Amino acid sequence: MTREVVVTGIGLVSNAGEGVEAHLQALAAGAPPRTDAERFAPHPVHPLAALDYDKQIPKKSDQRQMEAWQRIGVYAAGLALDAAGVKDDAELKARMHLVVAAGGGERDYAVDGQILTGLRQAENPGVFLNERLMGDLRPTLFLAQLSNLLAGNISIVHGVTGASRTFMGEESSGVDAIRIAQARIASGQNDIFLVGGAYNAERPDVLLIYEMGGFLWKQPYRPVRERGPEGGMILGSGACFLVLESREHAEARGAKPLAAIAGVASDRARREPGSVTKALTKLAGDLDAKPDLVISGATGVAEMTGEEMAAIAALAPQAAVRMTGDLIGHTMEGQAPAGVGLAAALIADGQASEALVTSVGHQRGEGAVRLVRASGA
Amino acid sequence: MALRDKQGRPLVAVTGMGAVTSIGHGKDETWASLTAGRSGIKRISRFPTEGLRTTMAGTVDDVEVEDPFSAPMLSERFAVLAAEEAVSQAGLSHNDFPGALFIAVPPVEMEWPQREALADASGQTGDITYADLLKAAETGRFKAWHNLFIFGTVADRVADRFGTKGSPISLSTACSSGATAIQLGVEAIRRGETDAALCIGTDGSVNPESLIRFSLLSALSTQNENPEGASKPFSKNRDGFVMGEGGAALVLENADAAIARGAKILGYVLGAGERGDGFHRTRSSPDGAPGIAAIRAALDDAGLHPDRIDTINAHGTSTPENDKMEAMSCKAVFGERMATVPISSNKSMIGHTLTAAGAVEAVMSLMTILNGRIPPTINYNVPDPAIPLDVVPNVARDANVTTVLSNSFGFGGQNTCLVLGAEPA
Repeated sequence: MTREVVVTGIGLVSNAGEGVEAHLQALAAGAPPRTDAERFAPHPVHPLAALDYDKQIPKKSDQRQMEAWQRIGVYAAGLALDAAGVKDDAELKARMHLVVAAGGGERDYAVDGQILTGLRQAENPGVFLNERLMGDLRPTLFLAQLSNLLAGNISIVHGVTGASRTFMGEESSGVDAIRIAQARIASGQNDIFLVGGAYNAERPDVLLIYEMGGFLWKQPYRPVRERGPEGGMILGSGACFLVLESREHAEARGAKPLAAIAGVASDRARREPGSVTKALTKLAGDLDAKPDLVISGATGVAEMTGEEMAAIAALAPQAAVRMTGDLIGHTMEGQAPAGVGLAAALIADGQASEALVTSVGHQRGEGAVRLVRASGA
Repeated sequence: MALRDKQGRPLVAVTGMGAVTSIGHGKDETWASLTAGRSGIKRISRFPTEGLRTTMAGTVDDVEVEDPFSAPMLSERFAVLAAEEAVSQAGLSHNDFPGALFIAVPPVEMEWPQREALADASGQTGDITYADLLKAAETGRFKAWHNLFIFGTVADRVADRFGTKGSPISLSTACSSGATAIQLGVEAIRRGETDAALCIGTDGSVNPESLIRFSLLSALSTQNENPEGASKPFSKNRDGFVMGEGGAALVLENADAAIARGAKILGYVLGAGERGDGFHRTRSSPDGAPGIAAIRAALDDAGLHPDRIDTINAHGTSTPENDKMEAMSCKAVFGERMATVPISSNKSMIGHTLTAAGAVEAVMSLMTILNGRIPPTINYNVPDPAIPLDVVPNVARDANVTTVLSNSFGFGGQNTCLVLGAEPA
């Protein structure tokens, strides 16, 4: 069985604001995205726009149980459910499945600093560490750190309880979350999914990881393709969740498909000069992609961004190319879902008829998603 | 003729298995300990335990990793050891595995020895903040730790090692992760995307902060005086789980493909079922509905009536909450018959291997079928009258077992159940 898989709801939040409309407007305006160059100088980040969390997470107790990366994701998930017109359908949400692309987080930065300071003078560092962690960690902080608890919070706050699976692995997890959901719907295993990822860039611990690897851009904002031979990522806070379902399922409940996901392909090439170009070219070929729009999730890291652009120029020379990073920054696990959300919105708006969303991981993993107009749309 | 299940899907055979746990290197040694009732829970020697409420765990102490210790390195070692055993048994290539990788890995983050090294390198002599750590990171001296502490790396290295195909999937569904890895493999084979899948669950995260996190949630047993007796699933005096570590791997194959290449089929994954729970972050719905739904979904997926299940490999964590809810869920599905369905918990000996548990227990469920022996629930000396069950108390029992239900229930409302069988349903 192969069923058509359509996007019926998009929930997107980022530095550009909340909702699809705000993002389409920002894309059209083409102004540089908002960055905060001060807070984590010399590392600019794209800060999340101010959100009124009460609108999607009514209980303050729920908000308190989450850290930012989870709140951002739960908020965007709520927007997607609203947009798909399923927010108030408890029966439907109880059989809706979830695939979430997630990292983890977040630390208590003050406690970490105090412990590191104290460890230097501690007579017995191991015992000191035990005592401080036992005394200073908030007991429920763990639940705000666990990767699968973004999905858990979506289940609790929004009642999406079919079952959830959390994929990890940076950019690749975002593509593979969409790939697996698409395959499960297309094969007839399940009818409807909520899929997405969320990222909080305004965290020194994640900046630390990527700074160790030498992957961060440390100058004032420049567009992804204009970062020269140094290159580098500017991390962005944001999230995108998508409601995906079979076309029959959408039609039966009177939902309007925004676009169809015609195929998802991902792989993991051994990185060497030329490997990203080769991998993307193959993936696009496997998908039989003939896009008039490319939404690139390129990181801005020099070699692979250049290679990705070369692949795109060759396979779709006429296509308009938009960079997700120039709109919302690099949202890591959220990057592929955000690209797919933007592509679906642009197709629904009549600005494109076929789109290819690319996602090349900063360290590993290449992916592509092909979107087309939904049948009958 | 193509082998199909009752729903017309390809049958999923198991052709290789591997395990490493606190009670044995390899599935055979683990099985021997498990059926002998030997516990792997001991006083922690890896780090100082002064000041901790729980001082024991089911650590695997004789697997070497580079210093400084880190959970992803140890998790990778367990995954590789288990997968080597599984791939060998399946008779497949060790560096050109003909299918996809699905691996349940613990969430990753930088650990204290590495934070301390950065703090030292920063040159800061006053109060340390993350700004100092970032300054040290800028030197480029710590480049390898970026890759060590991102989430996709364990899978990447295992994929490199075994030459699995496509984008490997790293996943977490908390304490049901290992079962989810198997479920993803089953689904990929049934959809015809691949003829083989390497499904792994691994967890090497017994370190101070991980232990303390569970301790602060009051999830761990504090009966430290006799570590071997601390994990007592379904007993009245159970008081929490004991952290364990280890890994397990299964080679799943389209049964047609396995037969065609002359592989020995060890058993089948007949069904997988899952159900979310939106009740609470650490507690399950008081009515047990999600657990019940997950068990029923697994049976439905297998096309089996509950009467066909011979024994249950319990999630059985030894927490007051889990064991009560699991008993209630099983009672709801199996009815009066539950009084006589043997249900035993491997965690009474291995401890709770968290991310790995679902995979470890799937392997032990298949060993139960292959050996016709049900491992016991040890430390069962004070039965809980509220949950009267046949837990196979303390001593293994010989029995003809053709079908096992393996339960996994986790934090965050994750419930995944597998049905494993000797023969197609």
